[in-house]
Amino acid sequence: PEKIRTKEKALLMKMNYSAEQEFPDLSKHNNHMAKVLTLDMYERLRDKETSSGFTLDDVIQTGVDNPGHPFIMTVGCVAGDEETYDVFKELLDPVIEDRHGGYKPTDKHKTDLNPENLQGGDDLDPNYVLSSRVRTGRSIHGFCLPPHCSRGERHAAFPSEGLSVLDGDLKGKYYALKNMTEEEQQQLIDDHFLFDKPVSPLLLASGMARDWPDARGIWHNDNKTFLVWVNEEDHLRVISMQKGGNMREVFTRFCTGLTKIEALFKEKGHEFMWNEHLGYVLTCPSNLGTGLRAGVHVKLPNLSKHDKFGEVLKRLRLQKRGTGGVDTAAVGGVFDISNADRLGFSEVELVQMVVDGVNLLIEMEKQLENGESIDDLIPDQK
Amino acid sequence: MTKNCHNDYKMKFSTDEEYPDLLKHNNHMSKALTREIYDKLRSKSTPSGFTLDDCIQTGVDNPGHPFIMTVGCVAGDEESYEVFKGLFDPVISDRHGGYKPTDKHKTDLNFENLKGGDDLDPNYVLSSRVRTGRSIKGFTLPPHNSRGERRGIERLSIEALNSLEGEFKGKYYPLKDMTEKEQEQLIADHFLFDKPISPLLLAAGMARDWPDARGIWHNDNKTFLVWVNEEDHLRVISMQKGGNMKEVFRRFCVGLKKIEEIFKKHNHGFMWNEHIGYVLTCPSNLGTGLRGGVHVKLPKLSTHPKFEEILTRLRLQKRGTGGVDTASVGGVFDISNADRLGSSEVEQVQLVVDGVKLMIEMEKKLEKGGSIDDMIPAQK
Repeated sequence: PEKIRTKEKALLMKMNYSAEQEFPDLSKHNNHMAKVLTLDMYERLRDKETSSGFTLDDVIQTGVDNPGHPFIMTVGCVAGDEETYDVFKELLDPVIEDRHGGYKPTDKHKTDLNPENLQGGDDLDPNYVLSSRVRTGRSIHGFCLPPHCSRGERHAAFPSEGLSVLDGDLKGKYYALKNMTEEEQQQLIDDHFLFDKPVSPLLLASGMARDWPDARGIWHNDNKTFLVWVNEEDHLRVISMQKGGNMREVFTRFCTGLTKIEALFKEKGHEFMWNEHLGYVLTCPSNLGTGLRAGVHVKLPNLSKHDKFGEVLKRLRLQKRGTGGVDTAAVGGVFDISNADRLGFSEVELVQMVVDGVNLLIEMEKQLENGESIDDLIPDQK
Repeated sequence: MTKNCHNDYKMKFSTDEEYPDLLKHNNHMSKALTREIYDKLRSKSTPSGFTLDDCIQTGVDNPGHPFIMTVGCVAGDEESYEVFKGLFDPVISDRHGGYKPTDKHKTDLNFENLKGGDDLDPNYVLSSRVRTGRSIKGFTLPPHNSRGERRGIERLSIEALNSLEGEFKGKYYPLKDMTEKEQEQLIADHFLFDKPISPLLLAAGMARDWPDARGIWHNDNKTFLVWVNEEDHLRVISMQKGGNMKEVFRRFCVGLKKIEEIFKKHNHGFMWNEHIGYVLTCPSNLGTGLRGGVHVKLPKLSTHPKFEEILTRLRLQKRGTGGVDTASVGGVFDISNADRLGSSEVEQVQLVVDGVKLMIEMEKKLEKGGSIDDMIPAQK
């Protein structure tokens, strides 16, 4: 007989059934959670919960409901609050290790948001690089995360007047999804700023779309180069972007803006969730560490057809996506190229990889345009 | 002392902070849920841990529907209807024609009490069907149940159904292990149900762990069908081509009774009480949970200006032949009883039989270029 530690009603009810009877059928599954979760592990963790009541079944529901994805290896589990990564360590540590290149439970993560430490990056060839973008996420300490937070929490975590004190290059306006005029909505769509209620079953199954569009909104500066999404897949998504190849400027604005936003939240007594092991704590384990994806939309029609393209990207620690984002395929030889890593490298290091890597990819593209071989340009594994 | 950690955690926020924004909403829940009711009920949870926010999530996430007035709340277990009476009573009253908290519901599954119904004109009536749902006592409902519970329900259901004989002898097809051939056959027979895509159902959590412990059982004759663990624990369907509703209803009642006996033997009878009859996931299905209907050709009557009025007076409703979310095609309509609670199964099927008969007469009259003004019925 299993020792019942919980007094939680819903968990007690499930304890009427054995671990075997409750253990999900993962035989057709292929995601990080399914690779890691054994019956024994399920048995040990199934009667635990965080202080806010997030349980193992809550953590894994999205991975049970979504066996796999055609383009990417999905994570299959989410955090409902900061404590999740601790209470369910036994599951999340191996998921993190598998996802983040062998990152160990004892490893320390380095944060570096000083743009001066970036070398170069202001001159990626605009004949090839159409746009540059850096995004990350932030969670507000003391509040539950999107899979689990209540309506009250969503409002309390982000006081919308907060960003109105930003000035200079960052001066801007908040648009609540709920109260947008048709005109504002159309403009945001034209600017490619508007985010919509998630349709991905990965997100829906984890409960992130509850109460939509309550307390969701978009803030952007007047220059349209700095954008904050509120209460979408994370508490905050912060995005710096512009046309062309000046990644240095994009990253500088990114760091400056983030630092200012962080100061604003601190003034209100709120900090970002961060610890020295996982770095910035976010909803999806794949975004831990820096939560940073820095990338460009770049024309590589010749290189992308080269049989070493995949290998080159891998060695540069980069990944490709279609220009519609993570769930899309490339169109017209234009690819979204970004850093593959999130955890175990600092922000500066990751953006440096993108800058250096894209520079090399463009060189290769030019070489292939001239009908020459790129064999001597193939890099070593970074 | 049992607790609900998540619900307790939310109590840190005031009612004002947690109360949903229902300004753009138009469903039964949003009409009934005042701030006062929310305040009174938000700290409660059923013995299995189902809360007010759990009940209303689907209605908060889905403000309205283009064709139908949705309910906007669900039960997670039998006790939901009691613990959250303050919300469910007004919703039930609004949805079920003024049904009061003190009213008693009558169950009558004696098919011999149905008058006629064996001869609806097959030139007009293409098929006849009766469906209902049943919940198994001792388990929580689809929005809330765990994998262990769902599998328990499936196990009991398979045992009950596999013991049936004669006209009810049949086979169970679990969604998970179906062969391609079986799947194609079930699709061709229009028996297969798929993972729900309706946001109404998804938001209520009914599709969790799909397709685990879901399946379809049908008799060899393909006239009696049971869905396991879809929107309710069991959905029971009796059907056949043509207009012999009496036969469909007989098979329905006999089959249901046999199944119930087996569940009772295992001390897991059907959820039922004398106030709301059969207890089901959606408040709209309380009482009989019964929808008895036909697919019938009414190309002329359906374009008559009084068509809607006639249906209302006959206590019938129309749907497209694809089901609740569809529009009709080619003048063929799905006509069924509108009521579920406050009248018995026999009474509801009688309304369908008598009402469809009348509408066919009207259709024939209109075909001959006659008027139907003297045939318009009084409100039933």
